[in-house]
Amino acid sequence: MSNEKYPVLEVKGLSISFDQYDGTFTKKDLSTVKNINIRVGEGELVAIVGASGSGKSLLAHAILGILPYNASYKGDLKYMGEELTPERQKELRGSEIVLVPQSVAYLDPLMKTGKQLALGKSARLDGGKTSAKEKISGLFKRYNLPERTSELYPFELSGGMARRILISSAVMENPKLVIADEPTPGLNIEVAKQVISHFREMADDGAGVLLITHDLELALECADRIVVFRDGETIDEVRPADFEKVSTGEDVFMHPYTKELYKSMPKNWEEK
Amino acid sequence: MRRIVSYSFKQLGRMVLLLIAVSILSFVLVSISPIDPLQANVGEAALAGMSEAQIEKLREYWGVDTPPFERYMNWAGDVLRGDMGTSLLYRRPVMEVVFEKFSNSVIVLLFAWVFSGVLGFALGVLAGVNRGRFIDKAINTVTLVIASTPSFWLALVFLMFFSVYLGILPVGLSVPIGQLASEVTFGDKLLHAILPALTLSVTGIANITLHTREKMIDVMESDYVLFAKARGESTLSIVKNHGIRNIILPAMTLQFASVSEIFGGSVLVEEVFSYPGLGQAAVNAGLGADVPLLLGITLIMAGIVFTGNLIANVLYGVVDPRIRRGGER
Repeated sequence: MSNEKYPVLEVKGLSISFDQYDGTFTKKDLSTVKNINIRVGEGELVAIVGASGSGKSLLAHAILGILPYNASYKGDLKYMGEELTPERQKELRGSEIVLVPQSVAYLDPLMKTGKQLALGKSARLDGGKTSAKEKISGLFKRYNLPERTSELYPFELSGGMARRILISSAVMENPKLVIADEPTPGLNIEVAKQVISHFREMADDGAGVLLITHDLELALECADRIVVFRDGETIDEVRPADFEKVSTGEDVFMHPYTKELYKSMPKNWEEK
Repeated sequence: MRRIVSYSFKQLGRMVLLLIAVSILSFVLVSISPIDPLQANVGEAALAGMSEAQIEKLREYWGVDTPPFERYMNWAGDVLRGDMGTSLLYRRPVMEVVFEKFSNSVIVLLFAWVFSGVLGFALGVLAGVNRGRFIDKAINTVTLVIASTPSFWLALVFLMFFSVYLGILPVGLSVPIGQLASEVTFGDKLLHAILPALTLSVTGIANITLHTREKMIDVMESDYVLFAKARGESTLSIVKNHGIRNIILPAMTLQFASVSEIFGGSVLVEEVFSYPGLGQAAVNAGLGADVPLLLGITLIMAGIVFTGNLIANVLYGVVDPRIRRGGER
């Protein structure tokens, strides 16, 4: 790979395992993620694509240091070239490293959205509530949300509005690394593409973006690189351009699973 | 607005139905109980020394010969006219007796209700947030032990410890023995209320703590708390901003529903401490076949418990935006 960008995030040989009680007396290690290798450069959007329920979200939680109490990870995590220790994770999450979660369920159901946005790290540490308010109304304009959205509770938001609120919460912090965990399910294709375009914007503004998704089609739409995830391992890394070669019948070095994944996309069905 | 009015009417109707059902049920239970009012209140020996005419008068006073249905209808007719009848044991109007007993009980009940609610909530939050840690295990163990302890036994233990061994609190009653009613101070009353109130509080705590802990664990495992962590909120901030906010509603419901448990517990506890409150009066009325008093007390208690639950329902609608705003549409 030529012209490598400065790596914001490097993950090498990451594995995550759970302590589970097997019966009453014996504990067993349950490994869900066995070997993840991924790097995200500055201004780069990297998509990690894999089947739903394959443990992709755990990668996000491991990077942020918010795995459940009975889970632990092994392997190398580096942020800006330095090891990502639990202390650094605590310091960086919510400011330099942000998460954009899946759905409205990640918002407190009993708190107005405006107030929730103001709970972001920068707003809390500043103490200056007016600046947070200005920032929020600026973001609402940018993402085309009506001003009164602040006064709404999460259950009153539409799916698209909820995503834009979640994205606003990330952008508010001027992050260097954005981790988006399945940000599009439940949205129609138009809205989903729009949401994805916001992540492209963040990358173009210089942040590294890691997009975790099961939707290869959307990943092709915006990603610089696509990492294929299967059975707890990252098995392949491709560029969107490589797939075009597949469709023209050109020979490309590619894992068979990746090829299958590409062929299984609805728009490629007739070629079978 | 119209919704509120129709809601209130519906609830009022329910309450009337409930009170009717409760009064019928308690009346039937007293009627079929094997207690003979004459034997229970006058005594075998005294009866033996009485003339036929005297006994006949007593039978009439206790209503032994009147058929149950007629007795109930007489009583119900009077209640509709606002007359709760006369207590056969105390020979005073039922309302007067109930009011006197209730004012004795109210300190105990209120203290137990508030104290068990507040402390139970705090302990539940503390345990739920620190799930699996030592503090959680300690709180959990203690509450489980309390939950499985009969309240009368706990009352006896407190009695033995504070009154007999330490000797710092009175053994029973609501006022000092051998003192003129006019000389009894509020401090005296308070001192006598401590042990019953403490017993009731402690037994009430367990339930509230265990429930609050479960709710708190649910909240701490929720997606929105995970996101709050990802946004760098500390545990304290999470509890403050999201935890309390999301468990206060179920806690409130529980708190108002626990009114009934406090009443139920007070019957046993007042008996142990010979505390002349509503609970003890209920026991005396039941054992002495004092039907008007028993029905009076039952109705008052049922009314209060119903009101507690009603308040919980209304508060839910007022506080929870999902119901408040969702219903407007």
